[in-house]
Amino acid sequence: MQFWIIQTLNSIAFGGLLFLLSSGFSLAFGLMRIPNLAHGGFFMLGAYLGATIVYYGGHFWIAVLGAGLGVGLVGIAFERLILRRLAGNVQGQVLVTLGVSFIIADLCLLIWTGDPWTVPAPAELRPPLRVAGFAFPTFRLVVLAIALVTAVALYLLMDRTRLGAMIRAGVDDMEMARGVGIPVSLLFTVVFALGAVLAGLGGTLGAPMLNAYPGLDTDMLPLALIVVILGGAGSLLGAFVGSFVVGFLYNFGIALFPDLAYFILFLPMVLVLVFRPQGLFGRVQT
Amino acid sequence: MATEALSVSAIDTYYGDSHVLHGVGFALRPGRLLGLLGRNGAGKTTCMATIMGFLRPRRGAITLFGDEVAGLAPEAIAKRGICLVPQGRRVFRSLSVRENLDVARQARAQGTWTLERVFSLFPRLKERHIQLAGSLSGGEQQMLAIGRALMGNPRVLLMDEPSEGLAPQIVHEVGRTIAQLKAEGLSIVLVEQNIKLTLDLADDVVIVNTGAVVFSGTAAETRTNDRVIAQHLGVF
Ligand SMILES: Nc1ncnc2c1ncn2[C@@H]1O[C@H](COP(=O)(O)OP(=O)(O)O)[C@@H](O)[C@H]1O
Ligand SMILES: [Mg+2]
Repeated sequence: MQFWIIQTLNSIAFGGLLFLLSSGFSLAFGLMRIPNLAHGGFFMLGAYLGATIVYYGGHFWIAVLGAGLGVGLVGIAFERLILRRLAGNVQGQVLVTLGVSFIIADLCLLIWTGDPWTVPAPAELRPPLRVAGFAFPTFRLVVLAIALVTAVALYLLMDRTRLGAMIRAGVDDMEMARGVGIPVSLLFTVVFALGAVLAGLGGTLGAPMLNAYPGLDTDMLPLALIVVILGGAGSLLGAFVGSFVVGFLYNFGIALFPDLAYFILFLPMVLVLVFRPQGLFGRVQT
Repeated sequence: MATEALSVSAIDTYYGDSHVLHGVGFALRPGRLLGLLGRNGAGKTTCMATIMGFLRPRRGAITLFGDEVAGLAPEAIAKRGICLVPQGRRVFRSLSVRENLDVARQARAQGTWTLERVFSLFPRLKERHIQLAGSLSGGEQQMLAIGRALMGNPRVLLMDEPSEGLAPQIVHEVGRTIAQLKAEGLSIVLVEQNIKLTLDLADDVVIVNTGAVVFSGTAAETRTNDRVIAQHLGVF
């Protein structure tokens, strides 16, 4: 019983983390029509930045904010200085995001070495929460709560503001959005930066569970891709549902059928690609 | 000496290597309606796309009340006051009716179009303002596409086949709306396959064929010129 409850909770918490990783990734994918293959690198960079801040005595929550800010700046610079120059050249843009992901990986190896950096959860969240005789990992519940608050905030931004409507208009019909005067280049920067900030935050938030290590980027990027393919590029609801589906498949797959974990993870993605290529909630063909 | 609202001079537009517009030129005077006619594939939509900045002309000039706009980005051209009702309507399907209008809002000193005015022009849109645009009927989507263009407070309004695929009664309604906009002094380019509708509304007519202007004159001259109509529009 305790196994199932804990695995379920871990799956949900991991799903929350995946939402932080993939929501911005999905919005940028839907709007700019390219997968940012450096997004896993953004997540890893966030984890290392957070680990460093904690190492030098910063509080965990300061580290989370610092990582979000730092990776956000990297994202803005990348979009403004590099991606923008390749506007209209989709293939070039995708290749450049791949190149940047390698550069980030190498720089991280150079700066933070090959040894993993552990980040302890904040002291006040380490004791488990005891409810009805069960012990719940408090920190994971907090990660989940942060993911849910982020989901609500993103929903309000996308659904209730003019900025959000402009972003959705760009996802629907980019050319026509420009034709009615929507400043899409500004939207690109906003959405790309938002994705980078969330990936950075997520990297540090996930570090007490995952650590920061070389290869964290390539471990996370496929998960974000699966989430987006399942949910549909540019769909916030899709990213939300997809994140929790992948969270469950990943956790239970590893716990119950470790040899088949990747099969279990990728099979739904293949099925969706074959039978509903726009994703469960999406409109854009990825 | 810019008396023209919109002037297109000798533009050449390509899709990649495919040369589609060959020195197309025409002028729209302020407050007038210019009908742009031609068979399917003649280059009318390409012409609208070039004016709107979706395509960049390789040669030629496009001026809006004397200011050069060729080569600007579409969003900059929209900001200066060229607004498009595109062929196929192209409403933002996953936005509500109200959001479609809202995202296209463009403040301009001499502009008077607001959400309220668009809603009073199209009461149907007001009734359905929270509905997703993708769920509207064809006629309603056309009204929305027109309303969206008006929200940009156009100095020149481009309309690309607004009657396409609509029931006769709705076509009639769209025609009335266009007449009303013209009566308010708006300068309009109307692209149509519906010759009667165009001749009823237009002051001037330009006919294109295989990417070049083959006739231009007043609507009255066009109406009485059976040879031109038969040769280039292939009807009657
Ligand atoms: N995206 C495109 N790529 C290549 N050729 C195109 C494209 N769109 C239109 N064309 C070609 O350009 C010509 C003019 O098309 P268009 O401007 O759509 O004509 P019209 O609006 O008068 O029916 C046609 O021969 C058409 O096949
Ligand atoms: Mg056309």
